[in-house]
Amino acid sequence: MTLLWIGVLVASVGSFVQKWLGYQVPPEVLERPRIARITALLPIALLGALVAVQTATSGASLVVDARLAAVGAAAMLLLLRAPFLVVVIGAAAVAAALRALGWAA
Amino acid sequence: MSQALPAPSPPPAPHSPATSAEIRRIRRNGLSIGIATGLYGISFGALATASGLDVWQAMVLSLLMFTGGSQFAFVGVIGGGGSALGAAAASLLLGVRNTLYGLVLSRTLPRGGWRGAARAQLTIDESAALAASGTSQAAQRAGFWAAGVWVYVFWNLFSLAGALVGQYVADPAAWGLDAAAAAAFLALLWPRLRRGEAVAVAIAAAFVALLTTPVLPAGIPVLAAAAVAVVAGLLPARSSREETR
Repeated sequence: MTLLWIGVLVASVGSFVQKWLGYQVPPEVLERPRIARITALLPIALLGALVAVQTATSGASLVVDARLAAVGAAAMLLLLRAPFLVVVIGAAAVAAALRALGWAA
Repeated sequence: MSQALPAPSPPPAPHSPATSAEIRRIRRNGLSIGIATGLYGISFGALATASGLDVWQAMVLSLLMFTGGSQFAFVGVIGGGGSALGAAAASLLLGVRNTLYGLVLSRTLPRGGWRGAARAQLTIDESAALAASGTSQAAQRAGFWAAGVWVYVFWNLFSLAGALVGQYVADPAAWGLDAAAAAAFLALLWPRLRRGEAVAVAIAAAFVALLTTPVLPAGIPVLAAAAVAVVAGLLPARSSREETR
């Protein structure tokens, strides 16, 4: 077995263990008021961070490109109460159009 | 599709028509997320084989590791001439956030058995995010499984396609799929931004993630942003309208 295969398998098994571990916290710990407040806020913080990272970073650098305009369009569509699929396709269309026209990277 | 399973605890209320409609909507959203995210598998498969992995190694990563950011980190390190051990370390660093998702989801999803293993394997950004958008436990579960299963199916299909014929396929960014992912996360966050506290947490987390991106290894900025939730959760609650809806 090559070293590369060992790396692939170790990382894959490790990834599963990481996912599994989160579920092993006893429920009574999660029901403590402070912990419950934190776990209620965690998805909001993680989603906020994912939006930012997915919109304005590339590797280790901050970048402004077609994605920012597309997410702006998505926010407008959300304000107009557009359904989820319209928001996602609308954002993709804005980014694809800006790139096809050469107006943004 | 059948109705969602009744919740074991607390005593389940019968599904109201509003809940059933929400479950149908959240399942549809899961399918759209699965297709949009899955298409990115083409880039992964193509990049993996271009970086020196064979098709089998690329597919083991998609089938077993199954967490996109970590998979890209792994092949990125290999492609950059790094060691297999370095690649494994980079991918595991990125995977720490999946542990946090499990922590948040553990009250909603069934424990133990094959479902317990499937639930762990399908715990990724998209499934956790769609689950978080549900307003009832039944809707949260439906969202988790819909996004998890569809992303798994399409991610693996397109990974294989990318690994086999990736060099002939156009860049997904040309189709705006990177922006679609950002918009999907925003759309999932949107309904939760009703309280001032939630808006503050989301904005602060976004700032922390952006500010730390240039200085921390990939994947850590999102974890650093999670600290915002910890700090906000430890502060005394200002509003008595906690978690109404």
